[in-house]
Amino acid sequence: MSDAFAIANMLTGARPRAMAALLRYFRDLDLAEEAYQEACLRAVHNWPRKGPPRDPVGWLVFVGRNAAVDGLRRQTRHVALPAEDVLSDIEDHEAAVVEQMDEADYRDDILRLMFICAHPDLVAAQQVALALRIVSGLSVAEIAAAFLAKEKTIEQRITRAKRKVMAANIPFEAPDAIERAKRLSAVAAMIYLIFNEGYSASGGESHIRKSLCDEAIRLGRLLLRLFPSDPEIMGLLALMLLTHARMPARLDAAGGIILLEDQDRSLWHTGLITEGIALVEKAARHRAAGFYQLQAAIAALHASAKRAEDTDWRGIALLYERLEAVQPSPVVRLNRAVAVFKANDAETALMLLEPVEDELARYFYSHGVRGALLQELGQKDAAREAFNRAIALARTPAEARHIRERLDGLEAMAKKRKRPVSAE
Amino acid sequence: MLYAVLCYHDEAEVESWSAEQDQAVVAKRGAVAKDRLRPEQMGPVLRLVPTTGATTIRSSASGELVLDGPFAETKEQLLGLYVVECDALEEAIELAREMKRGEGGAFEVRPLRVFRQGMLPSDKEIG
Repeated sequence: MSDAFAIANMLTGARPRAMAALLRYFRDLDLAEEAYQEACLRAVHNWPRKGPPRDPVGWLVFVGRNAAVDGLRRQTRHVALPAEDVLSDIEDHEAAVVEQMDEADYRDDILRLMFICAHPDLVAAQQVALALRIVSGLSVAEIAAAFLAKEKTIEQRITRAKRKVMAANIPFEAPDAIERAKRLSAVAAMIYLIFNEGYSASGGESHIRKSLCDEAIRLGRLLLRLFPSDPEIMGLLALMLLTHARMPARLDAAGGIILLEDQDRSLWHTGLITEGIALVEKAARHRAAGFYQLQAAIAALHASAKRAEDTDWRGIALLYERLEAVQPSPVVRLNRAVAVFKANDAETALMLLEPVEDELARYFYSHGVRGALLQELGQKDAAREAFNRAIALARTPAEARHIRERLDGLEAMAKKRKRPVSAE
Repeated sequence: MLYAVLCYHDEAEVESWSAEQDQAVVAKRGAVAKDRLRPEQMGPVLRLVPTTGATTIRSSASGELVLDGPFAETKEQLLGLYVVECDALEEAIELAREMKRGEGGAFEVRPLRVFRQGMLPSDKEIG
């Protein structure tokens, strides 16, 4: 394995902890970022020659801190930089820094760093952009590619977000238990947002989008390491792992959507599924099922089915019912209706959908589902109308193509049935 | 003599590997083992899920505690391991609890991500 590979990965792994500690020290996002970048430059220069330090995070924090302080001094008093030899010979100093920063410090620092990105004053797109820039260290170009936006737009989004959080005067003391719980759920939501940003692009699945999912999972793992007994964080990570595991089977060669039931399950990532199911089980022992856990449990049931027809739809319908109790929404009801259709019958499912029909009027999937249910019940005209509405609401060509196929199926079915009738 | 090779690494770093990098590392190790060993020299190969998937059973004044995470203390060393197949985590925890009864230390239940049977003669007991 090459040095460059090892060092790049060490820097990626160390970034959140080092950035978080530097932010606590400087209390300024730009300064902390510059300090970290300078430390990385020196790491790339020094580590191949001298070997990586025992504690990369401690090294980066120490060197970053020194470099930035020197920079500040130079701006004000023009004091010369210490010789590079002195700076790189930090074995002793490093030990002291490491000793000061135990897991508890990291925990509050990283949470603060992530919380700043998940600040309630920021809109979702700003939160995600800021987190990817500050916590993950993606370049503006990479983030722009992920959002299919112009670099200039992202640059502005990040600058505005930074200005807003700095104006908000974030307290830098360790948060108390209540505040910590609030922050944790804000951060979890932000990570979930990053994941969905990468996942929901059903058209044009470019490489960077997959890496957004990878990044969200990495952040989820980091958060769970910091809060190992929080069942909802277990659930969040499990949900992302189980969803991501299906990625290789989701699209056909032409970029069309392959429905869950038609996916080649041998392409699913078994390692991620194992880990996800293990976390779902572990979380369940806490007997405090929440939003992420229930969704993860549903994904786990899908992942456990060797073939689509082995799916435990009854179990999934029950989990959706519990999910609806925790966080009622028309979309959850829609998914529940699908599960009930598979477990019981189309009529019961349609009855479940009735009270939320208006709320789901602008939602692509709901018309697709309604069409399928009506088709099942033999109400062809109503089904056709629902499918037509779905096409009108499709956001990508892949979505529209999929419904059109259903519609073709409906027509074919109608023709087949009509022919004998007209012959009579 | 049978030897265990235990792989330690920084989790944050390993989890930064892309799928391709991960596969390259695993393939490289497999190639080394294949070059150096006859098939019957290779026992089971295990890959654990990350530490976040671990549960620990530890003694306390009030009995056995079940904790999230791998909280081995620095004065405790890894001294052995069992590989068991259970239907659910609860069953594995119960088993570990029973085995540990009346002993100090801690037993960690850690799901496996990869398990390859290997070719070692069975029931080779040492000491």
